[in-house]
Amino acid sequence: MSLARDIVTIAAVSAGAFFFLAGTVGLLRFPDTLTRLHALTKADNLGLGLVVLGLLPQAGSLRDGLKLVSIWLLGLLAGATVSQLIARTARRRETAR
Amino acid sequence: MSIATLFEIVLVAVMLGLGIWTITVRETYSAAVGFIAYGLLVALIWVRLDAVDVALTEAAIGGGLSGVLLLGAAARLRGAEPRAATAPGKATRAAAAAVSVLTAAALATAVLLLPDSVPTLAPTVVANAWATSLANPVTNVLMAFRAMDTMLEKVVLLLAIIGVWSLASDNAWGGRPGPRHQADPQGILVFLARLLPPIGIVIGIYIFWTGANHPGGAFQGGAILASMWLLAVMAGLTDMPPVSSRWLRFVLVAGPGLFLLVGIFGLWLGPGFLAYPRTLAKPLILGIEVAMVLTIAATLGLLLAGAPERSVRR
Amino acid sequence: MSTVTVFGLCAAAAVGFGLYGLITNPQLLRKIIAFNLLGSGVFLLFGVVGRRGEAAGIGNDPVPQAFVITGVVVAFSATALAIALLLRLFQADGSTTLGSGTPPSVRSDPPGG
Repeated sequence: MSLARDIVTIAAVSAGAFFFLAGTVGLLRFPDTLTRLHALTKADNLGLGLVVLGLLPQAGSLRDGLKLVSIWLLGLLAGATVSQLIARTARRRETAR
Repeated sequence: MSIATLFEIVLVAVMLGLGIWTITVRETYSAAVGFIAYGLLVALIWVRLDAVDVALTEAAIGGGLSGVLLLGAAARLRGAEPRAATAPGKATRAAAAAVSVLTAAALATAVLLLPDSVPTLAPTVVANAWATSLANPVTNVLMAFRAMDTMLEKVVLLLAIIGVWSLASDNAWGGRPGPRHQADPQGILVFLARLLPPIGIVIGIYIFWTGANHPGGAFQGGAILASMWLLAVMAGLTDMPPVSSRWLRFVLVAGPGLFLLVGIFGLWLGPGFLAYPRTLAKPLILGIEVAMVLTIAATLGLLLAGAPERSVRR
Repeated sequence: MSTVTVFGLCAAAAVGFGLYGLITNPQLLRKIIAFNLLGSGVFLLFGVVGRRGEAAGIGNDPVPQAFVITGVVVAFSATALAIALLLRLFQADGSTTLGSGTPPSVRSDPPGG
């Protein structure tokens, strides 16, 4: 039983790490702010979700599992807000030029 | 060499690379951003060192609040033209490099030559934990065994805020810190500032309360409460109070004041300054911590807001 | 190479970088950032000493941990005071470096704050 849990954890966390890597490659390779934001938020939200999913089998109790999920939701909220704010500022700077 | 050590070497390499980048990058704004990322990596290192309380404090205060402070300052100083004549010459650079390398080498030698028999106070702390019936040994040390240090630290925070307030110009003396923030009322910052503070306040109080038995404590909880207050201020939903307001000054003094009162109470009862009576130890500690959380939250928020800039018409 | 050695050497290196940045960067804000780097290295040294003191079922000696928590808060308040001073200098003088050049003209504070 614990072997199955460990396999799920390793698989999900590795997939999450791959998405983080993809997001970082997008950050480095895309030409302008908006496309970089797109790469970052899509990849990182999915990456964080997969890492949390992978850690859920290792959580000791239901409460710890709920805490992990709430971390993911808060990360989503913060990421969405900040990317919107950055995108609006970038768009405003573009049109001002 | 185990996998864990390999992971730690990679973590250290990334952290030091980020540190070097923060020191040498041209733009000051980029240095502030690099410092925030550096702070979060250091918090990871603290977790690897098995010091979770310190990791929480480093992430909240060292990475989060310090980062906001530096970003704000970097944004305000963006227009400043650096005087090219003040860049240091080659001789100064070489001397600085020599001093830095010598210091780092001396510390590295000290680390490598640490004695094999390790003096440690952990068994003493655990053996005396019955006195306060708190399960978190770090909270025990902070609030009971070295309570004097914590009280003096609260006084240091108070001195820092007095120092910051004393930098107000004559016209803004006693006024409100920082500019009046405006944000689009239909916009996303206001949405976040309405949604997040209730959740953040609950999380802050939880981290403070659970510090008695699990990693956490008053400083970490206070930092989270301060950041929720600052979020509301930055979205324009509320304004910083004028620094001359009585209730604000009362909140700032409440933490160290209550600590001092409890200390004198212990002196009056007999055993000594800050000696808690056996049966009252846990309630007293929790009472002091409640006052501490409020004071820490208010002080950290005010330190971030800066010196008063807007005068208050009486 | 144990955990303690790796992190101890890392702390020593962080102190070295912070010290170099503190001395060579003419911009005051960069000096403050370098000072914080220096501080984090010193705190990590405390953490390494505490890690070696693991005993009685705790992974890290709690007394150095308490010192570091106190130190982080005090370092933050020192940084805040330093930045308030820097912003005031910028407001009064228009510069962000302590240059030994022409003395600054004394400008009166703007009315109304």
